[in-house]
Amino acid sequence: MPPIKRNAPSFGRRAHTTKEAAMTERLKVHVDPDKCQGHARCKALAPELFELDEYGNAREAGDGTVPPGLEDKAWLAKSNCPEIAIDVIEE
Amino acid sequence: MSDVSQPVAHPPVTDWVNDFDHTDPQWTEDPFPIWDELRSASPVVHTERFLGCYMPTTYEAVREIANDSEHFSSRRIIVRDVRPEISRNAAPPITSDPPVHKPAKQLLLPPFTPDAMKKLEPRVRAICNELIDGFVSDGKVDAAARYSKYIPVRAIAHMLGIPESDSDLFVNWIHMILELGIKDETMLLQAVHEMSAYFSAHIEERKKKPTDDLISYLMNAKDKEGNPLEDSHVLGSLRLLLIAGIDTTWSAIGSSLWHLAKTPADRERLIAEPGLIPIAVEELLRAYSPVTMAREVVKETTISGCPVKAGNMVLLSFPAANRDPKMFPDADKVVIDRRENRHAAFGLGIHRCVGSNLARMEMQVALEEWLKRIPDFRLDPAGTVTWSQGTVRGPRQLPFLLGKAM
Repeated sequence: MPPIKRNAPSFGRRAHTTKEAAMTERLKVHVDPDKCQGHARCKALAPELFELDEYGNAREAGDGTVPPGLEDKAWLAKSNCPEIAIDVIEE
Repeated sequence: MSDVSQPVAHPPVTDWVNDFDHTDPQWTEDPFPIWDELRSASPVVHTERFLGCYMPTTYEAVREIANDSEHFSSRRIIVRDVRPEISRNAAPPITSDPPVHKPAKQLLLPPFTPDAMKKLEPRVRAICNELIDGFVSDGKVDAAARYSKYIPVRAIAHMLGIPESDSDLFVNWIHMILELGIKDETMLLQAVHEMSAYFSAHIEERKKKPTDDLISYLMNAKDKEGNPLEDSHVLGSLRLLLIAGIDTTWSAIGSSLWHLAKTPADRERLIAEPGLIPIAVEELLRAYSPVTMAREVVKETTISGCPVKAGNMVLLSFPAANRDPKMFPDADKVVIDRRENRHAAFGLGIHRCVGSNLARMEMQVALEEWLKRIPDFRLDPAGTVTWSQGTVRGPRQLPFLLGKAM
């Protein structure tokens, strides 16, 4: 995996810096199991945040809480899911 | 075999919007401006060819159809001149609709997860290097005929547990089914017949002596009532794996190398940043998606405001969807590090390609090994690049000069 580039063009909503993100928002990811078709893009892009079942379909790891520093990966997974099955929830 | 249709030559297309034909030489050579023209005309266009066929031209229209198995059946998945009767268990699950589809698909999914592909990766890496060994010192190579063609066929043969040395046999069947079979039914039937006989023999062997491969896996699989699959189901799925697993990825690897041969900046970037290759593979899949599928309209409906009538086929062009500028900024450019990429190269909805993880792994490994060993290459100006026709698009002749330009 290439490192997420800080100067890469942004898309969707994303925090300006990791530090700021930690202070201003806490994110959770959620996979809609009825929409997921097992493209596994989320697992490739954000392996810390997603798990695959025996069929290769995705679900969020644990309760979906995004650890500080991985906010970018959460948005990246969402914006690469062809089935629009991933929600990033700001709490 | 008197009811088998004879091949008929198609007249050249002069009006793409009302008379499109995905087998026309112009489409084969350079489909991208045609798709742009069709898209600016309407989200759904129609042709009287192929006994009546629609084509959604936008990403949104393609998504709508892919997600609507009520009006659009997968019982026919290739747009052809004829519509012969449908055989049960043609190639499940790709030819199945709900509710039969899900259990048939679930049978095939576990051997193709990303983790399963990781185990296969060393074999694929070895295959790539064996192939490169065969031509690296020649100074030139047809990369389609000597490299991209043999990676997927040998990988799927390895998974199925059939001899990799039978590769040319498989490639020929697939050519007969996917290309010649659009217009010549005799070819298609002959290839299907030969494949079935080939796999039947392998099934019989395994009844005597079980093996640890995908054929035995399918033979031992149980349906949801706990019964073993019918032989016809096992055969259909084996045919599917071979057909779907070969010239699709052959095309994707070939198109990727073709792009890199003529784009030194992207090539140098991937050599300098090999970690970017998986992202680049997604973009190359978007820009040069090999696979166009089909549906049959079974119930009248409306797609993106356009009426769609039963009895017509639908050319489900994932490649055209992936060039829709409304969905992808700079859709006509290869942006090698594109970050937001919901491309539909492996389909959308319940029929997402079972082998997508395999294809991705093969593409990544094929590009990694090639770039490691052949960092400098370019199109041979003395040769001609040719493209396959119809359902799967990719280079079939890809003449390269290897090494730095003098």
